Amino acid sequence: MARRGAPLRTAVPALVAAAALGLSACGGGGGGAGGGEVTSLRVLDYYNNEPDKTVYAQKLDECGRQAGVAIEREVVPGAQLVAKVLQQASSRTLPDVLMLDNPDLQQIASTGALAPVTDFGLSADGFQEGVASASTFEGQVYGLQPVTNSIGLFYNVDILAQAGITPPTTWDELKTAAATLTQGERYGVAFSAVADYEGAWQFLPFMWTNGGDETDIATPQTAQALQLWVDLVNSGSASKSVLNWGQADVKDQFAAGNAAMMVNGPWQFPALDEVAGLEYEVVPIPVPRAGQDVVAPLGGETWTIPRTGDPARQAKAAEIVACLNTDDNQIALATDRTTVPTKTALRDRFVAEVPRMAAFTDIVQTARSRTGKLGAEWPAAATRIYTAVQTALTGGATPEQALQQAQDG
Amino acid sequence: MADRAGGVAAPDRPLVSVAAPVPPRGPAGGWRSPRGRERLLQLGFLVPAVAYLLLFFGYPVVQNAVMGFQEYTTRTFYTGEAPWVGFDNYAAVISSNLFGTALLNTALFTAGSIAGQFVIGLAIAVFFQRRFPLSGTLRSLLLLPWLIPLIVSGAVWRWILDQDNGALNQFLGVLGVADRPGWLTSTSLALVAVIAVNIWIGIPFNTTILYGGLQDVPRELYEAAALDGATGWRAFRHVTWPLLRPVVNVVLVLGVVYTIKVLDIILGLTDGGPANATQTIATQAYHLSFQEFRFGEGAAMGNVLIVISLVFALLYLRANRRALAGEGR
Repeated sequence: MARRGAPLRTAVPALVAAAALGLSACGGGGGGAGGGEVTSLRVLDYYNNEPDKTVYAQKLDECGRQAGVAIEREVVPGAQLVAKVLQQASSRTLPDVLMLDNPDLQQIASTGALAPVTDFGLSADGFQEGVASASTFEGQVYGLQPVTNSIGLFYNVDILAQAGITPPTTWDELKTAAATLTQGERYGVAFSAVADYEGAWQFLPFMWTNGGDETDIATPQTAQALQLWVDLVNSGSASKSVLNWGQADVKDQFAAGNAAMMVNGPWQFPALDEVAGLEYEVVPIPVPRAGQDVVAPLGGETWTIPRTGDPARQAKAAEIVACLNTDDNQIALATDRTTVPTKTALRDRFVAEVPRMAAFTDIVQTARSRTGKLGAEWPAAATRIYTAVQTALTGGATPEQALQQAQDG
Repeated sequence: MADRAGGVAAPDRPLVSVAAPVPPRGPAGGWRSPRGRERLLQLGFLVPAVAYLLLFFGYPVVQNAVMGFQEYTTRTFYTGEAPWVGFDNYAAVISSNLFGTALLNTALFTAGSIAGQFVIGLAIAVFFQRRFPLSGTLRSLLLLPWLIPLIVSGAVWRWILDQDNGALNQFLGVLGVADRPGWLTSTSLALVAVIAVNIWIGIPFNTTILYGGLQDVPRELYEAAALDGATGWRAFRHVTWPLLRPVVNVVLVLGVVYTIKVLDIILGLTDGGPANATQTIATQAYHLSFQEFRFGEGAAMGNVLIVISLVFALLYLRANRRALAGEGR
């Protein structure tokens, strides 16, 4: 998921970086057309939390050695990456290899700052369709994403066992289970309905699986999904605080035993594993009718090759991007970062090697990308979605009305 | 740099005259050349400040004003193309459903914050005028909220105000309040909660400035008033308040300019939610520019804020001039 390590609320300093955008034009003199031998490459990403930071440091160095270049890596906090990239784009100081959160790729590709990876003989053939579509802008592939993730339903094994409840698979089961599991200070389920993109992202599996669509959210299908959330909160099975919880807060509630189930992603595994006495499992998010496949959103970051104006450097950069996406490296990155490889052919091998990722590997199969339909218009749609969710959850309007209001702007 | 150069060239000249150049009145010592030298010096002192202002205040403001009339998107950063769209951005921003809400919230947030900060700040300042053991220490401790980074205090307050496990609701529970108010999750309470936190942050500023103002009120006046039978509230009403007025004006106007643009504390507490209940012009401008990447519309929204601040800044300048004139008397 985007910016998960640094949700926007904790990353206001990004403003400071963004404020500097206006002055960026005084940057260096551009990509340098020196044709000499390439000895080092500049890499920019936002993996500033462990284990991601170290995993990528090792993998990038390894790929650098294979390509015969040294890696000069710069890591910025998640919320500052786009501001940094825009600043570098206007001062022509873009790095040789650039990581982008997948829903941002089309936004950045639309500026013209990226080179299609096909120019360097790379392609996204064999990648999961949704993953490839997130890295595609106007028919051209601009990035290769080695691993992806999504969200599922985490449950506390002990609490469910004590209550004699099996993990819910349908909406009705979810409502019943959540109601039964709600006891005393503990809520049945927790999710994030916060007023930013995290809230919209968490709502997507419910909306999409029921046939809702981000191009027009004022539909009965989306309203039914929103009604489910409203019912969970109004019945007391979920806390009203979901309105103000980011995904990290949701994880904290689950870890503290304040929620028996939660909607969250595999990047929470390391933190949850450290909680003594917590045993948890993951299943796909419940679907409206039994037997349906859940349509969850795809997370993860894609690796791109900015137009630096130096063909030799770009060719080397392409080698790095290719290296990060070899079969072995997709598996290695997925294993170390509890994510899922994006090449569909690797699934069985991956699940055999890392059984705990089976649920998420399943979820990813039918998942789709946030920008697949709307591209650079996605942020506006996401704003409409979380606004409607918040309006309905606070009781400001019925789900139908809230969605209509948000769609009308 | 400028200071040192000035020190070498004109060791006897007080630096104060540079900050507020007073037109030479009456006979100056020498005529032509000393006067010319003085002007040159004055210019020399002015240039760095003016250059700084132009570069770091003028340029961004002008750039922002221009941006408000352009279709400025992520694309612009790479291509440099920003088509002129006239007042389209303003039309889009002002006609949006959210503008009215944001404007009203901004007004309520500013008025509520200022009223609370000022009244409590003044009460504390008056209180600390008496000397008592540890008064100095306590007064410095009051500055704490000011010293804590806003991100940190935002996170702590978010925890305190949490509906289920927050310290405040736990405390209310002990007092026997069964109903747990959703401080940050109820559309009717969230703005109140955000204002309360902002008041907490603003009290040190108000206390400090008002305390300074109170120190300037001559003791003899209180003694004289006491002889006439005016003590306590009457002394405050008829001695303290009139003499404090210029400082009060400055504090209020500065407070408005600081408060109207508050962003981080709102983002940290509610992110503008729930359901836009705490969305202000500032948070909306931030959202448009840095989350939806509609920089043109964000700039237009920001300019609305700048114009409102400007009105208060002009009021401040007037109040300030009056305060200075008052001092001169």
